[in-house]
Amino acid sequence: MAENHIVIEAEGISKRYKIGEQQAQYRTIRESISRAAKAPLVRTAALLRGEAYGAANLRKEIWALKDVSFQVKKGEVLGIIGRNGAGKTTLLKVLSRITEPTEGIARIRGKVGSLLEVGTGMHPELTGRENVYINGAILGMRRSEINDKFDRIIDFAGIEEFVETPMKHYSSGMQVRLAFAIAAFLEPEVLLVDEVLAVGDAAFQRKCMGKMGEVAESGKTVLFVSHNMQAIKSLCPKTMLLEEGRIAAIGESQQVINHYLSGFQEVAQKTWEQQEAPGDEMVRLMGVRVVNESLEPVSYFLSDEQIRVEMEIDIARTHSALCVGFDLITKNGEIVLRTYHNDNEPAKWPELSEGRNVLRCLLPKAFLNKGTYAICPKIKLHQIKQILDSDPVLWFDVELGHGVSPFWSASRETYRPGVVMPILDWEKA
Amino acid sequence: MNIKGNKIDIADKLPIGSNQKGAVVIKPSKGWVPLRLKDFWEYRELIYFLTWRDIKVRYKQTILGVSWAILQPLFAMVVFSLFFGRLAGVPSDNIPYPVFSYSGMVIWLFFANGVTLSSNSMVEAANTIKKVYFPRMVIPISSIFSGVVDFFLAFIVLIIMMAIYNIWPRLNILWLPLFLLLAMVTALGVGFWFSAMNVMFRDIRYAIPFLIQAWLFATPIAYPSSLLKGAWKTMYGINPMAGVVDGFRWALLGLDTKPGPMIAVSASVSVTLLITGAYFFKRMEKVFADVI
Repeated sequence: MAENHIVIEAEGISKRYKIGEQQAQYRTIRESISRAAKAPLVRTAALLRGEAYGAANLRKEIWALKDVSFQVKKGEVLGIIGRNGAGKTTLLKVLSRITEPTEGIARIRGKVGSLLEVGTGMHPELTGRENVYINGAILGMRRSEINDKFDRIIDFAGIEEFVETPMKHYSSGMQVRLAFAIAAFLEPEVLLVDEVLAVGDAAFQRKCMGKMGEVAESGKTVLFVSHNMQAIKSLCPKTMLLEEGRIAAIGESQQVINHYLSGFQEVAQKTWEQQEAPGDEMVRLMGVRVVNESLEPVSYFLSDEQIRVEMEIDIARTHSALCVGFDLITKNGEIVLRTYHNDNEPAKWPELSEGRNVLRCLLPKAFLNKGTYAICPKIKLHQIKQILDSDPVLWFDVELGHGVSPFWSASRETYRPGVVMPILDWEKA
Repeated sequence: MNIKGNKIDIADKLPIGSNQKGAVVIKPSKGWVPLRLKDFWEYRELIYFLTWRDIKVRYKQTILGVSWAILQPLFAMVVFSLFFGRLAGVPSDNIPYPVFSYSGMVIWLFFANGVTLSSNSMVEAANTIKKVYFPRMVIPISSIFSGVVDFFLAFIVLIIMMAIYNIWPRLNILWLPLFLLLAMVTALGVGFWFSAMNVMFRDIRYAIPFLIQAWLFATPIAYPSSLLKGAWKTMYGINPMAGVVDGFRWALLGLDTKPGPMIAVSASVSVTLLITGAYFFKRMEKVFADVI
């Protein structure tokens, strides 16, 4: 009978994509896949031009998933982490039957709802009300179910006054909120979620996290893919780490996260080739490095040194809403801070121009505690879209070095708790 | 490895998508796949909503809006009446030529628009296909259903024209739904073939307008099929729309020309198109999300 409690059972799931020869230089699977998707087009176009090499080029194969086996019990919330292209999304696509596995078998008991994207099938010409029904139906809700939940969806999205307005008149923030609200009320027995929490403003994100927490606690079985270690840790007791399509680790979340993050250590700078640079056609991140006062990339700092984070970006088209920044995280995945180049008053913003830009962020001296920290680059069009929401790309260590007080100096070797360790002013009141 | 082999054996005994204890089995499919018609009942509300969305969106941001549904066949009728009816003096089975050509055009456009819309439907829904699962056939089906409203609007005008020309239907009209169904079956069959092929080869999109145009002239819309006799006329039924248009006119306008073996030929071609199209579509279904 124990087997009945197993809701998801995957045995040797593998997924092969065929890619062209010229893609061999691409490192991430995601890019290879998007190339592979275009291949028939490229091939036909090549044939029409009289070049018959297209078909032969599709011989190269790539295994987006290889021999993935696991079980998920009823009510379990399993996090899935891994670098871009590790196969996280492909796994969700296979489990939600969007694409077939090449090998292996999976069995799922219960109604499956998958959220790989919010707002699928919505149409800008239709009103908010109409889009709720369309999107709800596409996600697999019954009409009666949508009727029941309609008021709560609208309330969650906070768009009461605009229910009868065509969605094209909504702000992008409102569109995203509505789309997420519908998804949030999808109540299947098994929920597959892919990073949809990275939408909207901070307040709405908190609301979404709250909703996800509710879902996780309500006894539903959830598979949750995210780059946000904090979210993984707070929602999922158990986590699976994928590396190049295989399960590299599965177990207690904190351990798996540590294992994952340790794989990134001791790289003082990270650069990308033109073709593989993360970003989109508008902005690409070409490199990130942490540099010392002489602007040399180093991965080890004393805490009284000034740590500078440099981001090198290529801008094809400037945009007023473009924000470039990063999350500074600890090795446990806690976010120390998030910063964008235009957080300050407008006069102090570094001016972005088309072409190559190198932005430098100065972290305060005597600020971080001893520990290992990572940079997760973020690029967004404010309230429009997230262009880049990256995993840690590089790591650096901070050794305790600031202490002007003899008491403090004396305690250098002993660990003082806290992520940050600024020296604060004390006075007698 | 042994353990793995056993697991697959056990799972094999469960039919794909079986609802016993709600277990869904996900595994690679091989060759021809069953159609699983039960899915359509399961997803009937989605078909309804997608059809409804297509209808709502189609004429948004057009000045003339829904009247396009009437203007399309009306324009065609005017052109046909001038050039074929007047100038070339094409016969029209003793029916006023405008009514003759308009009636043919109404049922033809239902078919032709259905084929065009459904053929492009999969590619247009690419994003949805990559992100959400549902039986993909729902997409071409609902784009053909969405043409029903246009058909009825044009059909009302046809009734008005018949009244003006003092043509009244006889008991034959009871057969009318059958021919509408046959038109839909043909459109679905062709739509399944083309929409699946369009995912693989986007050439289809460009080929369709030519095909539709050629097919229009190969169908007795501007001229009567009575120009052909005997075995030739029966052979003409290989074009399924020839049977549909002839039958539609016979049922509605009360012609004496009883549909003969030609209709039987057309009907069998339509049904064959539908069945083969559905199986072809189903066979391709597994790669849609990967190549679209």
